[in-house]
Amino acid sequence: MIFVQVAVNGLLLGAVYALFSSGLTLIWGMTDVINFAHGEFVMLAMYVTFFSYTLLGIGPPGFIIIATIALFLFGIAVYFSLIKHVLRGPMLAQIISTFGLALFLRSAALWAFSANFVSLPNNLVGGTLHIGSINIGVAHLLAGLTSLLVTFAMHFLLTRTTLGSRMLAVAEDATAAALMGIRPDPVQALTWGLGAAATGLAGALIALFFYVSPEVGNSYTLLAFVTVCLGGFGSVPGALLGGLAIGLIQTYTAYFIGATDKNITVLALFVLLLWIRPQGLFGRR
Amino acid sequence: MTSSWRLAIIVFWTAIIVVPIAFGGAFVQRIAALTVLAAIAASAWNIVGGYAGQISFGHAMYYGIGAYSALLCYTKLGWPPIAGVPVGMLLSVCLSLLIGFPTFRLSGHYFSMGTIALATLLGLLFGNWGFVGASTGVMGPAAPRTVFDLVFRSAWPYYIIFLAVLAVVLLSTYALQERRMGFYLRALGASDRAAASLGVKVKYYKLYALLLSGVFTALAGSLYAIMVGFVDPPSVFGIIVSVNMVVMAALGGAGTLFGPVVGAVILVPVGQLANAYLGGGKSGAAYVIYGIVIMVLARFSPGGLLRALSRWPAKRRRHAA
Repeated sequence: MIFVQVAVNGLLLGAVYALFSSGLTLIWGMTDVINFAHGEFVMLAMYVTFFSYTLLGIGPPGFIIIATIALFLFGIAVYFSLIKHVLRGPMLAQIISTFGLALFLRSAALWAFSANFVSLPNNLVGGTLHIGSINIGVAHLLAGLTSLLVTFAMHFLLTRTTLGSRMLAVAEDATAAALMGIRPDPVQALTWGLGAAATGLAGALIALFFYVSPEVGNSYTLLAFVTVCLGGFGSVPGALLGGLAIGLIQTYTAYFIGATDKNITVLALFVLLLWIRPQGLFGRR
Repeated sequence: MTSSWRLAIIVFWTAIIVVPIAFGGAFVQRIAALTVLAAIAASAWNIVGGYAGQISFGHAMYYGIGAYSALLCYTKLGWPPIAGVPVGMLLSVCLSLLIGFPTFRLSGHYFSMGTIALATLLGLLFGNWGFVGASTGVMGPAAPRTVFDLVFRSAWPYYIIFLAVLAVVLLSTYALQERRMGFYLRALGASDRAAASLGVKVKYYKLYALLLSGVFTALAGSLYAIMVGFVDPPSVFGIIVSVNMVVMAALGGAGTLFGPVVGAVILVPVGQLANAYLGGGKSGAAYVIYGIVIMVLARFSPGGLLRALSRWPAKRRRHAA
């Protein structure tokens, strides 16, 4: 039974990983920029959630919506102030620009909010469901299900809508898309906004059951990379499966080997995978 | 090279060597030594990251291995830490051979990602490994037993030693740059497919660059451990260690001989002064400035300062003619 319990926990956690990784994969696939500040976006959303609750007294689901919108706007701002200008530059400039952004956001948070861990009250989205002998935290369940829904919505957006086709066209060849009457700038800005919004939503959901600190983004950046690599770059369904796999690996390692080793197994598997199958499990080159 | 360029280089080097002597306070000497150390590491990164264009974000793995080798030689065998330098270099060669062939199948972003994961993994493993002190780390000798322990109160002797090592690294890079190998590497950096189609043995030369770069980075790590006398996983395997090398090289100009040195001369004092006057690394203020500098650099000078500078007079000359 404990086996099933661990699996359920892992899948719910994995769904949240899938959500913020799909934000990363969207930005990467559509604008060909790796956002090394991705984890810091998660961290920012967690602080927005926390302060909406403590300072403005807004509870769920209000603060989740606020965090999503705030990150959407933030993503667009980052695109216009930074990304747009390095997009056609050398790859090294692209990489260090988002690294600089990550360092800036993390340190600014450290400066403004101090290194202390803070967290939302435990039972804000209260209670535990008992199904047979399996216990499921309602907050985890809510986070997992919302993540699944949004990940599917994003896949739908990319594959079944005009906007999605525009994004794909710009990703394929910005100049050709411009000749067809699609202006790349608004489309790419929107990509950054949507990617950041998905990340923001994930951050707000994680804040329901996890502590917030300026350093928290660090581990999420790496997790998102691993998830995206596992699923194959630019693939939203891949990110979903990758996220679920990582969630399972983490919870099983934590249960059977020890909580401190969970990121070691994830990283070791990741390195192994890069050697054997560099294009990811579901990716095409 | 024009004579004004040559003059500028001479002035620059004289300034680097003379300033710490002229204003020899302990603080300035320490900053000078750390600057040269950072220049060594960034120049080492530059061989594979700049010339060969394989942007590694995991060079901390070499740095960490070098650092740990030096201090473990002291704690486990009672040898002076400097005896660990060849050990660290040897281990870095093994590491390059182990990871070189598989990771070089990865290109572009994938390569950066793989190297980050490897360095983080090594850091986590060292942090859980009792033999190397786990998360508490390892201490070097507190007081010198013999002069070979290289424990000095002042940063001054370290500065001299580091300058000598930097000279060796730069001379090696220069020799590389002027030979056929240098052209191969730059061809690789521009496009490894094009290089391969012209008959460059891509994998072989990438590995060669990684070996050389790794050996020098391990050396820098050993020197860091000898000077500071203490290592733990975050201080040598942390991602910021790798990022520092990349950013310094990129700021000055990745793939140019003196680019990494220029980057180190600008960034290390900025970081140290910000740390000293804005209240330590804990408050984060220093890294806020660091982050802004990096973003501004990427935005306005994507090819590095040296390239921007060398293009500027050329443009003016063309206008005059």
